[in-house]
Amino acid sequence: MAIDLDTDYWDKDVVRSEEPKEYNTLNVGPTHPATHGVFQNVMLMDGEFIVSTEQTIGYIHRAFEKIAERRPFYQITPLTDRLNYCSSPINNMGWHMTVEKLLGIETPKRVDYLRIVIMELARIADHIICNSVIGVDSGALTGFTYIFQDREYIYEIYEEICGARLTTNMGRIGGFERNFSDKAWTKIRHFLKTFPAHLKEFETLLARNRIFMDRTINVGPFPADRALAYGFTGPNLRACGVDYDVRVMNPYCSYEEFDFIVPIGQNGDTYDRFMVRQEEMKQSMHIIEQAIAKLDKMEDKETYYASDPRFVLPPKEKVYNNMEALIWHFKIVMGETDIPVGEVYHCVEAANGELGFYLVSDGGRTPSRLHFRRPCFIFYQAYPEMVKGNMLSDAILTMSSMNVIAGELDA
Amino acid sequence: MFPIIPERNQLVVSKLIDQFGDAIESHELLKDMLCITVSKEVIHEVLLFLRDEKEMQFNFLTTLCGMHYPEKEQLGVVYHLHSFVNNHRIRIKTATDIKNPVFATATTIWPAANWMERETYDFYGILFEGHPNLVRILNMDDMTDFPMRKEFPLEDQTREDKDDSMFGR
Amino acid sequence: MSENQKQIDKPTVAEPPEGVSGQGFFATSFEKAVGLARKNSLWPLPFATSCCGIEFMATMGAHYDLARFGSERLSFSPRQSDLLMVMGTVAKKMGPVLREVYIQMAEPKWVIAVGACASSGGIFDTYSVMQGIDRVIPVDVYVPGCPPRPEQIIDGLMKIQELAGNESLRRRHSQEYEDLMKKYEIE
Repeated sequence: MAIDLDTDYWDKDVVRSEEPKEYNTLNVGPTHPATHGVFQNVMLMDGEFIVSTEQTIGYIHRAFEKIAERRPFYQITPLTDRLNYCSSPINNMGWHMTVEKLLGIETPKRVDYLRIVIMELARIADHIICNSVIGVDSGALTGFTYIFQDREYIYEIYEEICGARLTTNMGRIGGFERNFSDKAWTKIRHFLKTFPAHLKEFETLLARNRIFMDRTINVGPFPADRALAYGFTGPNLRACGVDYDVRVMNPYCSYEEFDFIVPIGQNGDTYDRFMVRQEEMKQSMHIIEQAIAKLDKMEDKETYYASDPRFVLPPKEKVYNNMEALIWHFKIVMGETDIPVGEVYHCVEAANGELGFYLVSDGGRTPSRLHFRRPCFIFYQAYPEMVKGNMLSDAILTMSSMNVIAGELDA
Repeated sequence: MFPIIPERNQLVVSKLIDQFGDAIESHELLKDMLCITVSKEVIHEVLLFLRDEKEMQFNFLTTLCGMHYPEKEQLGVVYHLHSFVNNHRIRIKTATDIKNPVFATATTIWPAANWMERETYDFYGILFEGHPNLVRILNMDDMTDFPMRKEFPLEDQTREDKDDSMFGR
Repeated sequence: MSENQKQIDKPTVAEPPEGVSGQGFFATSFEKAVGLARKNSLWPLPFATSCCGIEFMATMGAHYDLARFGSERLSFSPRQSDLLMVMGTVAKKMGPVLREVYIQMAEPKWVIAVGACASSGGIFDTYSVMQGIDRVIPVDVYVPGCPPRPEQIIDGLMKIQELAGNESLRRRHSQEYEDLMKKYEIE
């Protein structure tokens, strides 16, 4: 709990000395087991309580925005993978949707539903990491080993669809590179059947655990108006009580046809963030079930890309057999297509909040300017305000419950 | 696509022009977002007006980024604002001469702009008057160049093991 | 079927090194005994900076258990670890930090560069990324991949085990090793 260092005191009978307080400096990071990624906090401590903290980031600055000015649109997808690498498919799909907005491509409904299935799986994967690591940071290592098995299962699903486990580079501008195989569907259905039980098991370890609750309730609370002023989005904002979800407010990719609850918390402390993410995982399962039901009802089970030959890379079977597809493939890869001049901003609900892409094109093969609106970068600014007056161990838990990913922080 | 509400866009433009007159240089609807260019002297007042005016209430700064226009020799800043009350998004642009790029800070309006402006300074060299701590944030502190400007090369110039001709540069 | 059963029932032990054995004793050279002990208890320091760190978390998990190779205890303190596993991109800003961590480790120490970014800069050929950690510290094993599969990371660890098991006791005091340290300006 936060105390006021000037007025509160533990034991009212102790006579306070008149000597001035001595603070000492503690350097947390950049290499530290609790910081998930490389960022540094130099904390000024009054004993065990934190007076102020100074942050240094940039230890993994890889100049994504500069690299993006040199790559054609389809080569920027691997860069977006490495933003929030715990849930790469969401970043990939968000980027593809931005480019589709610029080029004016309409994706068919089947592609939208397939994208939703993948994005919700990625959201579950990211929340698995965040919640299990909150447990690890408070000393509960068992939950981590149990629930990571499900993340391995999600990796197997990704491998069936795109071939890679973590940095997926999934999908194309306009759809996917291949239709989902039957094995992928079997695995997705199996996951839907088995994951709820595992999640329940993980939840019983922590959610009503006396020790965990004592360590996380009222730790790092943040009022909703300050959170909005600091640009919070995603589960951190929803834990403060504001129900802002990009999927509901500005629906993209046919999300308006789906029925799901947006969970919110009360006072924005660590326990609320943990429980909001737990509930979001259950809602993601619900969305995937609805998407599979819609896909089963559709007669068309073959479309997996938009049919706009000017910008959408044709599938390889057509390229090797059909003359027009070969020519279009050549033109798109070599950059002979007419990219329209313009600028767009598109945002998706990533696992950490609103991930936005501001793309400015001047007609060339590569963007003229690409700016990523990275949620981690924006909400991490509020960390000094959140931990002021708290104890060091509470500050560590606050940091891990905010789910700061270094790749997204620095880009 | 964001919902395009013509009355709302018209309301924002007319209120801004009523309040600031000629300082609003141009406005247009690009794809699905209203994009307004203002001159740099009034940018702080424009942002404050957009946040506080009852019928607009742009309470959320989505993002802030810098731009380099080499042919006009200008550096610019682009703000994306979002009004939760009306579900309306707009884009505000300003630009100024590259030799003296100074803008008023937005940190007093939204504290979220703090690190965003530091990043813009780090990448482009744009100075923000009134910013509490305008130092480099992502690059190394002893760097003297501004790497996102168009003339700065992407690759590390001190490496000697990669042959440019083989790598297509 | 019965042979498989025998293999399951009988526990497997590590291969003994060359030596002379007799009634109640086994004599081998000191190097080999020390090598056997070291290679089966390498305590890693996971210097995880980015995406490869998440693959390392998967390697540490129950599916691709790294603990069965003796790397049970991850130490985040350099003073108590043997193996520095650098996983992920190392930016130029991070270089001095990496050097300090390496210098604080006690001999014998090994370094494994996991991933393309740690080995050579990876896909990020930019002004801010160090093109390979072997610009600041000497590296023993490079594991390519972006990110490498957990099986590859385990393969890298097994190669380090080979190195540790066959290392001469005098290697860390030899002229060659001192020249290597001098090249990196590490005292």
